[in-house]
Amino acid sequence: MKILIAGGGKLGETLARQLSLEKHEITLVDTDSAILELCVNRFDVMAVQGNCAAMEVLQEAGVKSANLLIAVTGSDEANLLCCTTAHWMNPDLHTIARIRNPEYNEQAYLMKDAFAISMTVNPDQQAATEIERLLKYPGFLKRDTFAKGRMEIVELRLDAGSKLCNVPLNNLNSIIKCKVLVCTVLRDGNAITPTGHFVLQEGDRLFVTAPTDTLSVLLKNLGAITHRVSRVMIVGGGKIGYYLADALQKSHVDVQLIERNEEKCEALANLLPDINVIHGDASEQALLESEGLHSSSALVALTGLDELNMVIALYGKRANVPQVITKVSRIEDTSVIDNLSLGSVINPGNLCCNTIVRYVRAMQNQVGAAITVHSIADGKAEASEFLIDETMPHCGEPLKSLKLRENVLIVGINRGNHTEIPNGDSVFYAGDSVIVVSDGKNVIGHFSDIFA
Amino acid sequence: MNYRMIGRINALILLIEGFFMIPALIFSLVDRDFAVTKGFLITMGAIVVFAGILLLLSRKAKRGFYAREGLVCVGIGWILISLFGSCPYWISGQIPNFANALFESVSGLTTTGASIVPAVENLARAINYWRCFTHWLGGMGVLVFLLAVAPIGEQSEGFTMHLLRAESPGPSVGKLVPRMRRTAAILYIIYILLTLLDFLFLVCGEMPAFDALCTSFATAGTGGFGIKNDSIAGYSPYIQNVCTVFMLLFGVNFSCYYLILLRQVKNVLKDEEFRLYWGVVIASTALITFNLFRAATYTTFGETLRHSAFQVSSIITTTGFATTNFDLWPTFSKAILLFLMTIGACAGSTGGGFKFARVLLIFKALGRNIRQLLHPNSVKVIHVNGRQVDEKTISNTNAFLVAYVVILISSFLLLCIDHISVLTGFTAVLACLNNVGPGLDAVGPACNYAGLSIFSKIVLIIDMLAGRLEIFPILILFSRRTWKKY
Repeated sequence: MKILIAGGGKLGETLARQLSLEKHEITLVDTDSAILELCVNRFDVMAVQGNCAAMEVLQEAGVKSANLLIAVTGSDEANLLCCTTAHWMNPDLHTIARIRNPEYNEQAYLMKDAFAISMTVNPDQQAATEIERLLKYPGFLKRDTFAKGRMEIVELRLDAGSKLCNVPLNNLNSIIKCKVLVCTVLRDGNAITPTGHFVLQEGDRLFVTAPTDTLSVLLKNLGAITHRVSRVMIVGGGKIGYYLADALQKSHVDVQLIERNEEKCEALANLLPDINVIHGDASEQALLESEGLHSSSALVALTGLDELNMVIALYGKRANVPQVITKVSRIEDTSVIDNLSLGSVINPGNLCCNTIVRYVRAMQNQVGAAITVHSIADGKAEASEFLIDETMPHCGEPLKSLKLRENVLIVGINRGNHTEIPNGDSVFYAGDSVIVVSDGKNVIGHFSDIFA
Repeated sequence: MNYRMIGRINALILLIEGFFMIPALIFSLVDRDFAVTKGFLITMGAIVVFAGILLLLSRKAKRGFYAREGLVCVGIGWILISLFGSCPYWISGQIPNFANALFESVSGLTTTGASIVPAVENLARAINYWRCFTHWLGGMGVLVFLLAVAPIGEQSEGFTMHLLRAESPGPSVGKLVPRMRRTAAILYIIYILLTLLDFLFLVCGEMPAFDALCTSFATAGTGGFGIKNDSIAGYSPYIQNVCTVFMLLFGVNFSCYYLILLRQVKNVLKDEEFRLYWGVVIASTALITFNLFRAATYTTFGETLRHSAFQVSSIITTTGFATTNFDLWPTFSKAILLFLMTIGACAGSTGGGFKFARVLLIFKALGRNIRQLLHPNSVKVIHVNGRQVDEKTISNTNAFLVAYVVILISSFLLLCIDHISVLTGFTAVLACLNNVGPGLDAVGPACNYAGLSIFSKIVLIIDMLAGRLEIFPILILFSRRTWKKY
């Protein structure tokens, strides 16, 4: 597919990499020639310098023959104008715009047709939603949902003293007393597809498939406390902080929001009357202490500086805050910070990129294409969901008789309201949806790709 | 430095070279010239063994391929294909001296067309075919061919840009379409189609098919090896005119042809480099015709025009064919040819030289400097084709000019160690560095490079490679910093 990406910021760059690896024809438009130079050197993409909302530049970038435009410049207005202009030039074009300003959220939705946007993405809101989901189940580092929310892949980290250390996977079910499947283990930065004899070690990060309704059982039997989050300390009053505080205030959680900029504090206090907005520098540990870090059930570090977020998270961990969530925006390969116990690490750009990649794959819309795709294990593995119809190979055959490709695993089968963690005797039929985990080396675009 | 990846890519381009020796091998078998067959067979065997060892050693090539690797890879790659390309000449005994064989091979691949063979008609047909084919392969570049056929860099990150940039001529190399493989394929398809068209036109002029094949290869690569002792002079005026037109066509930036395919002819006609190129061609043809006609070098005006147009297009595109001995022309005409030799063809063509795109930039930058002398606070942005040129490109172009002049002067000094005339030495360096081929005086179109010493030949070999790869990939091989570990 021919895809134009307008804006070569962090998100634009991530998208260019991901989509060019999936063999799309990418043209990147940005005003800064240094950024373009960097991208052209690193990825197999073409670059056009100029204002992406200007007709002449869009023309040069080949908008007339493009299939999709992704506008992710720093300015919402430019993104909207870019989409509208491009769509006027090519009515068959799909457009995705990044809209970050909360004030535009509603009109971007209502005026979709007027702006000619096929989809809007809001990385901040998405990150906030993700964090809120994590706060519901403390103990999981990450949650990815499949089969309309009936099945999830959750990430767990084995800390020292966990019940699962030195346990072979065969004995796993007797400890946690519910049916789950460990699909990928991340050890020393490598993603491993484990077999039954695989022995878990301290420091491993497990990616576990489980039906959503067993998650609380899983947590309880693991020994992680599943109390309701009652008091959350948010550091950083940016857009994510605002969305998160807003969502938490609606579910009656006691929120402390620390922000350094006084004007921002006032604005937040105005918008969020039920929240305790505190003006102060979060890098001062005394401030965190005095605002009751020790009695908080969760600490969320959302400042604009990755380093500061990490330091705050480490401090929170040492202060024994049960759940710590760290926002990291600029680190691509998180294996460098794996050894730090930062709790859950959230990367808004990657979340947003996943959403867009999903849209692109859905647009290709071949029969048998994945309907949802999540990258897990720091992007080293990928979980995809496929809808099964009669044309698919091996319908109705037990799994043990199928030959799958190396490092590909069928981790879940969903039939109607029922989800199943498959074993060798399981079968899938037309109408089911099947969740597959593969290592990131081969892109699984079509269901038949999983078979050897 | 990622030696393994460099090894892997070099192994692949050697295999491509070996593959393209097959037609030459067939020619030698048809002619029952077994010494030549032996030469090609041994070379191909050596390539397979060498490339096999390289591939074996580079099995676990890691990612991480940056500008440095790209430059080194192209520099080493060209030296390797030149070495292996010279083996058939040497082993077959057609060019017994290895230094001469290497000179011939480098001259072929870099599309220079400077020859050390006194009488090319005495060479075997297969050898003549290979000489001309190396022009074709070197013209567009063997790495570009590799990028078009092999799925290199598609899985890992797109480092291929460094390769394209290092091998393709011009101050700012860009892609035609987003995917590198398609870009390379489009370039080669245009190249093949134009070559085919040239071949057909030549055959229509009753040129023998083998001659037409070799001539179209040499024209397409803007090389200039002839298979006749008198280059193109012996053929009919029609064939000479076809050559004139096609040489000029191959000197045009290939992205212009892509734009024509996209039916954007208007953009091509508005292109500043394109206009300057044709303007210079027309102006210098007119001046030389006038000069020759007044000196009554040829009898009719038509003949004068034909010869001057042919020589102008041959020199400006750095091909180096000749229909007449222009060394005997009046001084003013020779001076114009020397001037054209330096400029060369357009960026992104198969021609060599300094390139019109750079001339354009240098003069615009010069104009800006003069203006800033008068108005010290004036701010001026340089535009080409209505687009701003960033300062980095301009400073790179200035650096290129400096490197170019330094190489020109130092090679000239080295060449003058031998007892040769100043004109011979200077034009030999100019003709080799710009990949033209024939110079003036002792290296003029009626003579050749056989008389030079081995040392001079080595200097010229380096000049030819530096000229074809636009200096830096070769220059960088001599820098200690390149090989430093960190």
